[in-house]
Amino acid sequence: MHAVVWLVPPLAAVMASRMVIPRRAPDVRAASPWRATLSRLSDDRVAMTALALIIALYTVAVLAPWLAPYSPAAQPDIIALKGQPPSLHHLFGTDQYSRDLLSRVVYGARVSLTVALLAILVSATVGTAYGAIAGYYGGRVDGFMMRLIDAALAIPRILLLIAVLALWGGLPLPYLILVLGLTGWFGVSRIVRAQVLSVKERDMVVAARALGASDPHILWRHVLPNVLSPVIVAATLGIGNVIVLEAGLSYLGIGVQQPLASWGNIIRDGSSQIATLWWISLFPGLAIVLTVIAFNLIGDGLRDALDPRTKR
Amino acid sequence: MRHYLARRALQAVVIVFLVATLSFLLLHLAPGDPFTTLQNPNITETVRQRWRAAYGLDRPLPEQYLRYLGTVARGQLGYSYSLHEPVLNALATALPNTLVLMAAALAASFALGILLGLVQARHRGSALDHGIGTLSLFFYSMPDFWLAIMMLLAFAYWLPIFPVTGMFDPVMHAMYGFWGRMADRAWHLVLPATTLTLLSAAFIARYQRAAVLDVLQDDFVRTARAKGVGERAILVRHVLRNALLPVITLLGLALPALLGGAVFVEKIFAWPGMGYLTVRAIATRDYPLVTAAMIVGAVLVAAGNLLADVLYAVVDPRLRAT
Repeated sequence: MHAVVWLVPPLAAVMASRMVIPRRAPDVRAASPWRATLSRLSDDRVAMTALALIIALYTVAVLAPWLAPYSPAAQPDIIALKGQPPSLHHLFGTDQYSRDLLSRVVYGARVSLTVALLAILVSATVGTAYGAIAGYYGGRVDGFMMRLIDAALAIPRILLLIAVLALWGGLPLPYLILVLGLTGWFGVSRIVRAQVLSVKERDMVVAARALGASDPHILWRHVLPNVLSPVIVAATLGIGNVIVLEAGLSYLGIGVQQPLASWGNIIRDGSSQIATLWWISLFPGLAIVLTVIAFNLIGDGLRDALDPRTKR
Repeated sequence: MRHYLARRALQAVVIVFLVATLSFLLLHLAPGDPFTTLQNPNITETVRQRWRAAYGLDRPLPEQYLRYLGTVARGQLGYSYSLHEPVLNALATALPNTLVLMAAALAASFALGILLGLVQARHRGSALDHGIGTLSLFFYSMPDFWLAIMMLLAFAYWLPIFPVTGMFDPVMHAMYGFWGRMADRAWHLVLPATTLTLLSAAFIARYQRAAVLDVLQDDFVRTARAKGVGERAILVRHVLRNALLPVITLLGLALPALLGGAVFVEKIFAWPGMGYLTVRAIATRDYPLVTAAMIVGAVLVAAGNLLADVLYAVVDPRLRAT
């Protein structure tokens, strides 16, 4: 259900209406659209709470070596300390190799959050470029490029990812990020194309063309800045999606490779003995849910802030 | 309308063709082939080469591609290397199992999602609305495989109500009568189908709520209210029908998502369907089987979109005229 970021506008409206915060009258002095957007966003208590949560999570990820009580890979006592349920010494318990689970979840945050952020950057960049070219040149180029996108979207993304990762087998982290990014831009390119189609008819673009500006110049200076906001919303909502996908792939054993901890492969560690060592799979999963909820709320808040018309 | 549907059907054929080509390319670009994954030191390189020749894998890629297209055009999908049976046979066993799972999940999630969305929109801003909204955000943000594992933990181990895995009881199934078997299968279906349902119902509910609120602002609703039509009748007779339109679009989207979710759910509940088959086929580099699975996926997605188009016409008489 996560792969449909480009269909989200009504969802944003759903979330917007959940908020019962009295809104300030719009600040008339805020001249630039970005300022106005940020000011609207800062009024959105739910989105700001989610933002604070995300900042906290990234801080934990960065400070992992200082925050984690133990080393994530250390196996202090494989006999006495393996499979310990949560206790005061090991808040999240230990896994079947006697590793401290809290430390692994904290270190897993590093990997999972970084992978997701970088992958979404790749998706947003490629998708924007592709969609902008298709929309700007139009006609047959557009028709061909968009049919390819239709085909790519007809394959469930997870199947495509499983195919690539299983076929190439045990890819190192940078390639995993690249593969995740390169399978996630189809939706973005559709959004961008639709935006470009309308922007390119606007007066400023016609004027720039009449003045003899080159296509790259027009695309870069006039078209792109005007299509960026839906891309930002889609990217924010897409991060949660990538976190879930990476976790799923690592759960299957073809994503992030052990002994490097990611939330997905920790769940994998626990899944074979779920009936007895349930805490191994429970805690990283909760971490994923918390993170994804926060990213979804920020994305919804951003959408409302950028487009006040969707408010109800 | 008929022309429109015909054009959409043609587009679907093109997309399925492109998907087949994409997966063919992907598989053949990847390192290794079906016979390098047989890590058997007793098989010499000569034998391996002979096998490659026997299956035509030593030919140039364009020739293999044309041959494959020819096979597909004749209504066959090739021979599976890993299962040692025609791909069609493998699909014939796996596909119905997946379809049962997906049909159950699809029906339940649309029913639940539409109902929840309606209730939320009806009681907009109330505690009930917020409660359902928060709950669906929670499920919507959840990884499908994790939910499956947690369902297993909660309802098969901690509260041993439902069976752990499989499609039917391996021992008792043969002894049951017809109705007993049906009940046994339904009992095994509950956990995997519920997992898929919770995820997509959450998504549909969020969507449905927005659609209903949208329609509630239309003029005809005000007219109906002015005539004195009850709030419930307005919702069911006037609003729901219009608010269903955007939700029907989700049908085309729900199918690939369910198919993706089925990969994990089938693995965790050992449900012998397409997801299970595909993951195995990829691991063994079973070219014809993987390509066929991708084609089936694309066909299902295209069918979902076509079904959505037809349903549009059923729900909205304005579309039938054109």
